[in-house]
Amino acid sequence: MSGLHLEFDVAGNNFVSAGSASDEVKKTLKMLGVDPVAVRKVAIAMYEGEINMVIHAGGGKASVDIDTDKVKIVLADEGPGIPDIALAMKDGYSTAPDAIRDLGFGAGMGLPNMKKYTDEMKIDSTVGVGTTVTMVVNLR
Amino acid sequence: MKIKEIVDTLEATVYYGEELMDVDIHSACASDMMSDVLAFVKDQALLISGLCNPQVVRTADMMDIRCIALVRGKQPTDDMLAIARQKEIAIISSDYRMYTACGLLYARGLQPGDSKV
Repeated sequence: MSGLHLEFDVAGNNFVSAGSASDEVKKTLKMLGVDPVAVRKVAIAMYEGEINMVIHAGGGKASVDIDTDKVKIVLADEGPGIPDIALAMKDGYSTAPDAIRDLGFGAGMGLPNMKKYTDEMKIDSTVGVGTTVTMVVNLR
Repeated sequence: MKIKEIVDTLEATVYYGEELMDVDIHSACASDMMSDVLAFVKDQALLISGLCNPQVVRTADMMDIRCIALVRGKQPTDDMLAIARQKEIAIISSDYRMYTACGLLYARGLQPGDSKV
């Protein structure tokens, strides 16, 4: 297993389909026999990111590169951008509306969760242009 | 504890998973916030929640959870059941409130995965 590349369009404001890209990646990793702990890390980090894109950015694109030693996930959107990344990374900080909290998200734990479950995480964001989150989970 | 015993303990209705009743459940967690489940839960097998939307099932799937017990008489939506069937995650519903449901299961020996953060 090396050099597998997957791409997904993440539909914005579709709460029902949110998570389907992460589901596909999880299935693929399981099929490839990747260590279950690493599979779960990738699944959770990507799922939180996917939910963020649906909630905050009107969707976006997800690309995943699976290699023998790591999984790289890039989530790119053309949403409003993050004005203060350090603040957004704080546990409990959220700009999600109450309607999203009622759905079980928006507790300000998405980005911290993504960082917690990945070995590398980088956020590039420009207000009014969009956000790209790059995450890497090592497989060994 | 098998899912069947959870159903009996919570006097629950099975919405999906009759064929999963013999699956062994070793631990449980309870939350209405899915990010909480994603942040703190490890190796859980039962999710107790009063939240009722498709992301509860997606979250359970990401965490390899095998059974969702809805409390406060919540009924799963068609969207939830469709994902549950696909992922083979049992969905049951109980009229008990969350605190009581947790207490009943704890008293029967079902352990939490992590008691503290």
